[in-house]
Amino acid sequence: MRTIMKKPDSLTDRITHYCPGCTHGVIHRLVAESLDELGLRERTVGIAPVGCAVLAYHYFNCDFQEAAHGRAAALATGAKRVRPDLILFTYQGDGDLASIGMAETIHACNRGEKITTIFVNNAIYGMTGGQMAPTTMPGQVTTTCPAGRDVELTGYPIRVAEILSQIRTPGYIARVAVHTPKHIIEAKRCIKQAFRYQAEGRCYSLVECLSTCPTNWGMTPIEAIDWLDRNMVPYYPLGVKRTPDQEGGAT
Amino acid sequence: MAKKLMKGNEAIGEAAVRAGCLNYFAYPITPQSEVAEYLSRRLPEVGGNFLQGESEVAVSYMLFGAAAAGERVFTSSSSPGISLMAEGMSYIAGAQLPVVFVNIVRGGPGLGGILPAQSDYLQATKGGGHGDYRILVFAPSGVQEAVDLTIEAFPLAEKYSNPVLVLGDGMIGQMMEPVAFPEPDSIAAPLPRPWATTGMRQRPQNLIRSLFLNPDELEYNNLHLSAKYDAMQRDEVRFESYHADGKMDLLIVAYGTMARICKTAVDLLRAEGVAAGLVRPITVYPFPMQAVYEAAQLAGQVLVVELSMGQMLEDVDHAVRGTSPIEFFGKTGGNIPPPEEIAEVARRLLGSGRPRARARGGAAGRRG
Repeated sequence: MRTIMKKPDSLTDRITHYCPGCTHGVIHRLVAESLDELGLRERTVGIAPVGCAVLAYHYFNCDFQEAAHGRAAALATGAKRVRPDLILFTYQGDGDLASIGMAETIHACNRGEKITTIFVNNAIYGMTGGQMAPTTMPGQVTTTCPAGRDVELTGYPIRVAEILSQIRTPGYIARVAVHTPKHIIEAKRCIKQAFRYQAEGRCYSLVECLSTCPTNWGMTPIEAIDWLDRNMVPYYPLGVKRTPDQEGGAT
Repeated sequence: MAKKLMKGNEAIGEAAVRAGCLNYFAYPITPQSEVAEYLSRRLPEVGGNFLQGESEVAVSYMLFGAAAAGERVFTSSSSPGISLMAEGMSYIAGAQLPVVFVNIVRGGPGLGGILPAQSDYLQATKGGGHGDYRILVFAPSGVQEAVDLTIEAFPLAEKYSNPVLVLGDGMIGQMMEPVAFPEPDSIAAPLPRPWATTGMRQRPQNLIRSLFLNPDELEYNNLHLSAKYDAMQRDEVRFESYHADGKMDLLIVAYGTMARICKTAVDLLRAEGVAAGLVRPITVYPFPMQAVYEAAQLAGQVLVVELSMGQMLEDVDHAVRGTSPIEFFGKTGGNIPPPEEIAEVARRLLGSGRPRARARGGAAGRRG
């Protein structure tokens, strides 16, 4: 008998705490498959964020450090600098990375730290109960913008992948989505490529993953997938924004 | 062992290298930027890692990441920078990681000034960051002692899996003194770190964290941390007693640079027949409570001198427990009183026959 499908070794047997319809589980699986296929698990250290994925270390079968809010890239920098033989990845949400952790993110990218960041953008703060994020869509209702995000007061959603792709230092920056099988296949390709670049010692890598939050969006999982496709994908264009072989930044 | 004339900040940097710490993350701030400048040259020579971070906040978490990966690591900063690192220090203490911090204190609050001060005592000894944690705090009074205590800080950070802080001031950082470094074979080797996140290989997962959502787990962590602090109080208290073992007219309590000046003041007073003595805490956490209490009983009158408005004063007050009157003399802003001024404060204090409410040129208050 031949095994044609199995749980990745890089995932544990724990049942996750993620809400029904949330796509964190899909992204976890893609990361785990990538680590397995590249043979990196045994020398990988993950950095957990503050946010919904704070307990990610229960689900990934590799060493882990838990960061303060927004500081994952700094932990990864510290660990990678002193142990360049390790594979470091951070797994962060949009409040963690794009709000409180923006400085650490941009500077890790600009220094060309040989780390990989999985950036989960679901346009809202999930763990704290659905507050406005820097990535919240214009007009989107959250618990701290109950009349909908007013761009006159709070600006427009931040496009992290585009900002980072302007940095001159070689890097790999991509934006993917995980709401359909087609998109999941492309997301896997990009996540695996991000880890491959790190394993080769090439460059910093970040993959922004558009993700759903049915609970805090107040939708069914199917409605959430539809909302992501209709609202987020047009505003957050998918694709590889930058590879280390391209000249980065405005010249 | 040949002595070398070195600026305090550079000597501290070299001390860390001699201690086998080859990883340094920092952000520039006066009056200690020479530590970073020195190590940016020195560490590449010995195959070490020097990284200037984007902020003290980021630096404190680079320390976390590096220590959690099992390597010796340290930083240096000055007061406003240490405030920014205080959050990270709380996480490092909570996750039980060995990290050495150096604070070359400048005046505050806020931007304050860039001259020597001792105004971060409470931040250093009573927390600084959030949560129930303590750190071992050394207070050197000269460049040689700063070197010796920096070297000792690393094995102690590892013994307790806890931050250790070397609390200097701008004077120690900026002045040049002859220093000797210990022979390499006298330096303690790093302890094994089976808990470090170094990749699982064939072992179970290692996890470095400070989050314990289960109340019993968090309380267990708090009890475990507390037991370490109790052990520090039992085993790590250090102080210097200078003419403070016999009957005295006056006990002076001072630490760091200020203690060095007070030592000369004790000599001046003794030369004119005043039986003055000095207790100089070398660890300010844990504080030498018993030594200060016993010396106070021998004197019956205590003078606390600090480059602050009265911070260690609270610990002295706690140590003396109301058994002797306590007078305070403090200077701030970077003003440093000469020994003659301390001696004059002491003379007037003793001459008055009772504690005075105010001493010339500085803040003073009656305690006890």
